[in-house]
Amino acid sequence: MTHDPSTFNKHTVIAWLEDKPGVLSRVLSLFRRRNFNIESLAVGHSERPGVSRLTFTVVGDDQMVEQAIKQLDKQINVLKVENVTGKPAVRREMALIRVKVNAQTRPEVMQLVDIYRASIIDVSLDSLVVQAVGDQDRLDSLIELLSNFPVTEMVRTGPIAMTRGRANGANGNGKHARRIAL
Amino acid sequence: MKRTGAQIVWEVLTREGVSTVFGHPGGAILPVYDAMPAYPVRHILARHEQGAGHMADGYARVSGDVGVVTVTSGPAATNLVTALATAMMDSVPIVAITGQVPTTLLGNDAFQETDVTGVTQAVTKHNYLVTNIQDLARILREAFYIARTGRPGPVLVDICKDVLNDETEFVFPEKLDLPGYRPYTGLDMDAVEAAAELINQSHRPVIIAGHGVQMAHAENELRQLAEKAHIPVAMTLLGLGDIPETHPLSLGMCGMHGEARANKAIQESDVLIAVGMRFDDRVTGDLDAFAPNAKIIHIEFDPAEINKNVPVDVAILADAKEALQALLGKVNPARHQNWMAKIEEWNHESQELDILNAEVDELIPPYVMRQLWHVTQGDAIIVTDVGQHQMWEAQYFLHDKPRQLLTSGGLGTMGYALPAAIGAHYASPDETVWAVVGDGGFQMTLQELGVIMQERVPVKIAIINNGFLGMVRQWQELFYEKNYAGTPIQSPDYMLLAQAYGIPARRVTTKEEVVAALEEANSHEGPYLIDFQVKEEVNVYPMVAPGEAIDNLLRRRIVQGPSGLQPAW
Repeated sequence: MTHDPSTFNKHTVIAWLEDKPGVLSRVLSLFRRRNFNIESLAVGHSERPGVSRLTFTVVGDDQMVEQAIKQLDKQINVLKVENVTGKPAVRREMALIRVKVNAQTRPEVMQLVDIYRASIIDVSLDSLVVQAVGDQDRLDSLIELLSNFPVTEMVRTGPIAMTRGRANGANGNGKHARRIAL
Repeated sequence: MKRTGAQIVWEVLTREGVSTVFGHPGGAILPVYDAMPAYPVRHILARHEQGAGHMADGYARVSGDVGVVTVTSGPAATNLVTALATAMMDSVPIVAITGQVPTTLLGNDAFQETDVTGVTQAVTKHNYLVTNIQDLARILREAFYIARTGRPGPVLVDICKDVLNDETEFVFPEKLDLPGYRPYTGLDMDAVEAAAELINQSHRPVIIAGHGVQMAHAENELRQLAEKAHIPVAMTLLGLGDIPETHPLSLGMCGMHGEARANKAIQESDVLIAVGMRFDDRVTGDLDAFAPNAKIIHIEFDPAEINKNVPVDVAILADAKEALQALLGKVNPARHQNWMAKIEEWNHESQELDILNAEVDELIPPYVMRQLWHVTQGDAIIVTDVGQHQMWEAQYFLHDKPRQLLTSGGLGTMGYALPAAIGAHYASPDETVWAVVGDGGFQMTLQELGVIMQERVPVKIAIINNGFLGMVRQWQELFYEKNYAGTPIQSPDYMLLAQAYGIPARRVTTKEEVVAALEEANSHEGPYLIDFQVKEEVNVYPMVAPGEAIDNLLRRRIVQGPSGLQPAW
């Protein structure tokens, strides 16, 4: 099947994995072997002991993403896979950004941090470490602004995601809760 | 009762119905061998671990159950990789048990240590490293369950030596808990209805039947569907025997070296019913030009195969037998006379180009294959290697029965045939087994003649000896201006070789000797080897060049013969 890059989109997928030795390596090796274009990947505990939760973003067309999900689901230690792209979901990523500052620029950086509801978690004479949490666009735009100061070090976690609950409870048939900027 | 880890291995294996294992002992697996004589199992000593793996593969393909291979750590396990990859590609259930260095040495680059689960991850359906005896019985049980259910495949269990020596109370785990493994989800009748509607409205339907039909034992259902709805059946290499090739609705093999009628019928079909096959590139050729006007129905067990290579209109996610049974009740009886007439036209054209219709005095391989069919009366298990002879066998031996042809279809593993034929014999000792090999592939695993010698395995060996790596040479002739770089290959004197192993043998150099030699070998009680010294540069036709549409076939030329125009050879 031929793939037209102009039809590629970013997809967010959640996978629940058995927390056993070698499982993550198995998943990563599958992505590499099947040539899936993984942009980010975040893994950690879920609410169930023994089950880890992996959120990844993959770039491709619908067929490519369908393949990635099916191949993943075929793995014995993968419990469930869900594509949350296009579904009402919250996606959050965290970044730590070290910004070079001096006495003149420090207030300006602090102001930006304030506007973006980020926080400063480490201060020294010539730098600040900014902690920011948000969706990818929000972090992108903050980082772009901060890079004027400039940014000397940065780490991003890659997004984690969770589908939204419903207005009248998780099991109801009501509309999804109105999205509010929290 | 207390058992050692090694005893637990055999306790579980024998409870899983294992009576024959193929293997090669060594340091880390020694406890397993030490415990073996107390259990009712037969061990076949391969001469190389790859051979042991292919033997287990041949055993599994014929028996329909799991083949078992036991080898040691490090180089033994890495030697096994090719056999695992072969089984993985062709969905063959194997459980491979490998010894590993003691847990205390894991990760220390100990003697004969390899990260076997790491190395085999991509070529197994699943694999395990056992570091605690409490997990051993459960893991072995899971290995058999995973290997034989769903889409079958090889599962490897790597066991640390100290686990094999350790002792514990043995409890056979009756129930398994594999929450992430759901081999089957249930038949979707809406999909069956949709498929039946497409079939009922079609005028030019074609079935492509693959390996999945034989794995599901769905040959009867396939045949009934084809007959009821009057649908011609093309088969993949591993699907040969899904419907008897002598059946009027059989189109024979399709794909790169398929019959022209099969490929053309697929291309002109309006509804294509793919059953238990995965649209391999050797079957589809250029995907963008594949069956351009057809609605495609895909009956397949593995969800990941749906829409992988070819977008389908209706997918029935099920075992072929169940899906075909359901479909059979929904399709209308039909007759497609015009369509069959069209196919007959293509068939007629193929006959004119058929090399067996040429006046050939020389010894050509297709003739050997057709005579093998005659002499065995089509009643033998044929195990082929990889290359030209494999395609000629597929074309000229008419496979009327399922599970009769064993070949490395997906991976294309040279050296497969001889060891797999040995495994096939142990799965069905009363059937005649022929290993059909090229002089190239045979020289890759001929050390397994030692097994034939030691165990008196009555496998018949036909070497199609043309002094070349023939299929590679054919590509060089067609696509690399006859630059035969690296393809001429010399053979030892196979008569002397066979003699060294105590195997009766015969050399055949003329067409006239073929039938007598085959008859002698076929009726001989023990093993027999024939070295067919065939004409060197014969090509397999038809051929679809890689990446071309499957109806864009390279055909045999027509030349002036002694009595008029005839196909060239």
